[in-house]
Amino acid sequence: MGKIELVLRLALRDLRRRRAESALLLLVIAAATTTLTLGLALTGVTSQPYQQTRAVTAGPDVVASYTDLPPMPRGATTAAALAAMSALARARGVTAVSGPYPVGWATLRIGKLTAGVIAEGRSPGRAAVDRPKLLAGSWVAAGGVVIERSFAEALNARVGERVWMNGRPFRVAGIAVTAATAPFPAADYSLAGTPFDSNDCGMVWVTEAAARSFASRTLPLSYVLNLRLASASAAPAFAQRYSAGQFQNLLVLPWQQIAQQDNNVILNEQRALLVGSWLLCLLSVASVAVIVGGQLAEQTRRVGLLKAVGSTPGVVAMVLLSENLMLAVGAAAAGLGLGWLAAPLLTRPSSGLVGTAGAPSLTLATAGWVAAVAVAVAMLATFLPAVRAARTSTVGALAGAQNPPRRRRLLVALSRRLPVSLLLGLRFAARRPRRSILSAISVGITMTTIVAVLTVHAHQAQVGTVGGGPALTALANPRYERVDQVLLVLTVMLVALAAVNALFITQAIALDARYATALARAVGATTRQVAAALTAAQLIPAVPGVLLGVPAGIGLVRAVAHGGTTTVPPAWWLLAAVAGVLAVLAALTAVPARAGARRPAAEILQAGS
Amino acid sequence: MRKTGEPVDDTRDSLMLRTRGLRKDYGRDAGLVRAVDHVDLDVFAGETVAIMGPSGCGKSTLLHLLGGLDRPSAGELWLAGQRIDGMSERGLAALRRDLVGFVFQAFHLMDELTAVENVELPLLLAGRAARPARRRAADLLDQVGLADRARHLPSQLSGGQRQRVAIARALANEPLVVLADEPTGNLDSAATLDVLRLLDDLHQHGQTIVVVTHDSRIAATADRLISMRDGAFVDDTRLTGGTGSLLGSMAGLADLEG
Repeated sequence: MGKIELVLRLALRDLRRRRAESALLLLVIAAATTTLTLGLALTGVTSQPYQQTRAVTAGPDVVASYTDLPPMPRGATTAAALAAMSALARARGVTAVSGPYPVGWATLRIGKLTAGVIAEGRSPGRAAVDRPKLLAGSWVAAGGVVIERSFAEALNARVGERVWMNGRPFRVAGIAVTAATAPFPAADYSLAGTPFDSNDCGMVWVTEAAARSFASRTLPLSYVLNLRLASASAAPAFAQRYSAGQFQNLLVLPWQQIAQQDNNVILNEQRALLVGSWLLCLLSVASVAVIVGGQLAEQTRRVGLLKAVGSTPGVVAMVLLSENLMLAVGAAAAGLGLGWLAAPLLTRPSSGLVGTAGAPSLTLATAGWVAAVAVAVAMLATFLPAVRAARTSTVGALAGAQNPPRRRRLLVALSRRLPVSLLLGLRFAARRPRRSILSAISVGITMTTIVAVLTVHAHQAQVGTVGGGPALTALANPRYERVDQVLLVLTVMLVALAAVNALFITQAIALDARYATALARAVGATTRQVAAALTAAQLIPAVPGVLLGVPAGIGLVRAVAHGGTTTVPPAWWLLAAVAGVLAVLAALTAVPARAGARRPAAEILQAGS
Repeated sequence: MRKTGEPVDDTRDSLMLRTRGLRKDYGRDAGLVRAVDHVDLDVFAGETVAIMGPSGCGKSTLLHLLGGLDRPSAGELWLAGQRIDGMSERGLAALRRDLVGFVFQAFHLMDELTAVENVELPLLLAGRAARPARRRAADLLDQVGLADRARHLPSQLSGGQRQRVAIARALANEPLVVLADEPTGNLDSAATLDVLRLLDDLHQHGQTIVVVTHDSRIAATADRLISMRDGAFVDDTRLTGGTGSLLGSMAGLADLEG
């Protein structure tokens, strides 16, 4: 039998023998690889729904809008606006136009909600460019209003309902989508000098007469012109040429820029997923190290047996490494499959668009990245134990001898003055400093995530709703809703992994300290004191992890925001998070700690004789 | 407060340990093993009782039951007039802390603690302040002849020295009874003699001791010798001649003194 075959057979047998632990390791690494796959798979699928919407709505290649600076006489039609539009319509490369359409700015009220709207005046006829796709109801007519779908969802508006615009009643005639403007709340219109912010407004279509009726001295009419070019790819150059031209208040947008606004929703999701996957990878390394460390006593004896029958240190190291390598490859495959299946849930188009995102892109590079990360996670956590096991003496390994616990003179001296549970807890924690560090890292990463989510929410609470103001209602921002869902899933995954870590670490501490706990009980410590000490041994290293997680979480959001504005969560949010994480950790570890403390002391001491 | 080593002759005739029908079973049905089988035992204050028997006869299990380290399956058990077989875990912990001192064959010292830190551990568990606990631990190490080894780790001590540290630890909270499980089982002859001297010294000062041993020379230093087989007592003999003279007359050990 060849050496590789022997190594693989031994590794497979051991994996089969430790089914539960192997499954857990697989799950832990797969959580990280799935998230990474999702993050990487979102690349390249984002523009498809916009393209499909553009096709069904005869979307423009360029949208030009013109707004005069107020104050203007009521109902005034500026010569400049029309001259600008006329010049654009005749420009070289333009093959078709629709408009210019008058655009009025109004306040829409539905039920108890009030929002700012951009009301584009349309005729009932069929336009050559930009024909909004009706998804419900009918097109504009006198007394009727068609609402863009994402805006309608934010308002919870239905066809047939009554709304008021600038105090005048309208009936919701239809719900439609368009490719001429980004979905709510990102409509891009030239609004310099107006009291409206385009990022707060929803899009509606009314008759031209109704749109003109909304004009006032403070909110003069705007005009919008939709252009089709001979070459759609020439749109950015065309827009740049005319934006910097002779007409000061002209905003010329190529379709690519409008598409980008919609893509931003998925880009935010992608950013959150990639950052989350790196956090999950770090946590997975800690998890794998904890689980592998827990097996060490048993593995040490196995190493002794292998060596006793003639295995070289190299073969021993290869057996141990190949076990986790196999799991890593399995986890990478599982992650790629699950990520590919789950990606469509995240790439579904926003409600402002129609169509589907299509299959996520699973390239060779993505597969390579995911496999490399899975292998790195497994190797990082198992390389040192494998090398150490290979180098250990055969007799020592056969006896299952582990490294003796370290003596921490200062900690022993300090702990003498503490209550019994803390005295023992501090000493248990100090016995295996590497495990305490893993515990701190695990809790620290979880806390970082929780604080990052709180920071995002604090920011959203400040700027996340749209349209808020003295006269307007704050509406939920659909951009944030989807990122919220991704953050929630990531947080649940990270917290679940951290909980698994906490349970395993406590179990490992209880197992490692079983002799010390039995001895403590033999000389008078109560079961409760020992259980509290085992919990304390987990909580003591967790405290710095939790405290460091606070600035790390805020810093992470700042780093991901690339210098954009962030909001520090209120102090009571952070204090509640710190207390909550420590309380949950104490509750989680109480069960294995209690089980560890209740092991029969006499048996343990007898076995140690 | 009674100091370790001071005679307690006034309690000589009082019953320190008492068991009636004490039983300990492991497993069930076909796999049932009766480690301790209906044991009746009376140990008086100041008495040294040696329990001998082959390996696996239940000696250590009995010792664990007597010290509240394990719970009996049936029977009654009193320590210093207090019934302990149905005591709560918390009560048993207090009992082990305040009334009993254990000495184990494998020493069972904490590897990461120095000799003095090991000895002071039961005192700290009993709520003694750090400074007096350290003073008491140092005194005890001095009594067992290890004052100069107080800051050594167990790994830096010989087997005999480790067992002397374990004995000092057992005496830390001035126990009513010392339970020693094969205290010389892991020691060479010279170290055995050191430990024997210590136990004898404790005995001379009225300390109640129950010692489980394989070594007939150790058993010869006791007031009573109980033989065990298959979990039950098969013989209970009162020895005469006094431990001091016996110790001195043990030729094998006396030779080593020179």
